[in-house]
Amino acid sequence: MADLRTVIAGVEFKNPVMTASGTFGSGMEYGEFVDLNRLGAVVTKGVANVPWPGNPTPRVAEVYGGMLNAIGLQNPGMEMFIERDIPFLKKYDTKIIANVCGKSVEDYLEVTERLSDTEVDMLEINISCPNVKEGAIAFGQKAESVFNITSKIKKVSKKPVIMKLSPNVTDITEMAKAAEAAGADALSLINTITGMKIDINRRSFVLANKTGGMSGPAIKPVAVRMVYQCANAVNIPIIGMGGISNADDAVEFLLAGATAVAVGAYNFINPYATEEVVDGIDAYLDRNGFASVKDIIGIVK
Amino acid sequence: MKKKVNSTVLSQEELASDIYSLWIESELAADVKPGQFVGVYPSDKSTLLPRPISICEVNDERTALRLVYRTAGKGTREFSHLKKGRNVQLLGVLGNGFPVDECEGKDVILIAGGIGVPPMLQLAKELSGFAGEGVRKAKSVTVVLGYRNADVFLKEEFEQYAGVVIATEDGSIGTKGNVGDAIREGKITGDIIMSCGPMPMLRAVKSIAAEMGAKAYISLEERMACGVGACLGCVCKTTHKDAHSLVNNARICTDGPVFDAEEVDI
Repeated sequence: MADLRTVIAGVEFKNPVMTASGTFGSGMEYGEFVDLNRLGAVVTKGVANVPWPGNPTPRVAEVYGGMLNAIGLQNPGMEMFIERDIPFLKKYDTKIIANVCGKSVEDYLEVTERLSDTEVDMLEINISCPNVKEGAIAFGQKAESVFNITSKIKKVSKKPVIMKLSPNVTDITEMAKAAEAAGADALSLINTITGMKIDINRRSFVLANKTGGMSGPAIKPVAVRMVYQCANAVNIPIIGMGGISNADDAVEFLLAGATAVAVGAYNFINPYATEEVVDGIDAYLDRNGFASVKDIIGIVK
Repeated sequence: MKKKVNSTVLSQEELASDIYSLWIESELAADVKPGQFVGVYPSDKSTLLPRPISICEVNDERTALRLVYRTAGKGTREFSHLKKGRNVQLLGVLGNGFPVDECEGKDVILIAGGIGVPPMLQLAKELSGFAGEGVRKAKSVTVVLGYRNADVFLKEEFEQYAGVVIATEDGSIGTKGNVGDAIREGKITGDIIMSCGPMPMLRAVKSIAAEMGAKAYISLEERMACGVGACLGCVCKTTHKDAHSLVNNARICTDGPVFDAEEVDI
């Protein structure tokens, strides 16, 4: 039994396994399959200031080795999140990371301020969703905008701030450095990769939104590469994600430099995946003679 | 309690062109309501997501469930090759199912078309008293089934449990036209309608129910990912603000697939 504890911005997690935002609701649905007490953290579905209806359907499509989604950040808004989801998650011995989304800087600040006064442990700022027309990714594709929004959020946030980065950029390390320079406490990456699927029989787009974010095992090599690059470009901790389906995948991210990892689309395929990844990391550490998960973070140079 | 379980194929046969019937021994069969569905996992790792397939019926011992499905893509084509003894992973039991108790003492019409036909079989069985404790729940059950042509499936099985009226688009069996034409021709009336089928049919059912002054419940489908209500991929428009989402969206996989026709905007 290795020491699985990991620390990000002064917050200690019992293990480095989290859920990727948008793939786990606020934990309620998967609580039937996994013991939420066993997770390092539950990262919630994006929370906006008011309820968002999201995009028209079809919102999901399967692609080779993964899927596309264009949910469009449907969410019931921050008041419902505070009333229903935080009390639910507080019943479990796990950390709560609220994912924050917005259409304008003011939206992000409003949600950040409101959630600062709640029992969430950290805030993850989604500046990388490719599926909404306003906001989100628009803030995450230029180093200057990443810097601007990060510094504004850091001014109002009473919780540690994780900036969630998009892979849909020329050089992700520029975004990572901008977030770090603006005071971000941590980074999470990668969000989904923008993709498209065409139905050749109907000769139309499969998704109503035309494009969607690709996730699933097929994107993992891209994600590992980006986590490695960012880990070598900044000094703040990184939560690595993108295509993790089992403990071996998670270990790759840790070796590449991630301090924690998140399971995303694979929850849909194996609803027990998060717990299995916790056990598998533990077994890997024991098998290879590492006393602590901290001993393998970023050791592949 | 939803689970992902290993299950065993008992038998498979092709019922009609591209329509297959698969009996699977599974612990999930113990607790199935008519109209619920399971996620079936392909073993080909390039197709990862569970395929949502409605449960056609369960055996009397409730140890096995039957899926009748149409091959539509890579995943379902793989299922069509499953042979007796093969292991298959299922996620379930998913969805709410039809409100059987509301049919107590009522004249019930079951309307289904195409691949919407299978989930009505267990419903017909339960309402007519051929399942469980063998108590007839509905006062009467009339089944109206729509097909494209003479390549029909499950017809004889429905006839064991209820009166069956058929409509075919080409007129080769029963009324020429759709289920609405068959209902008008047969002057069929009832207190409550349960329906599953393509969207144009469900829209027609909504107006048929309004004309008849009957209550209608319809089963919807949409592309799904998680099947358990987490990803918000499979929503439908609702007429009122949904309590879970606070917007006019309900999740077909968990709030449905069966909805009061008045509560969804289709």
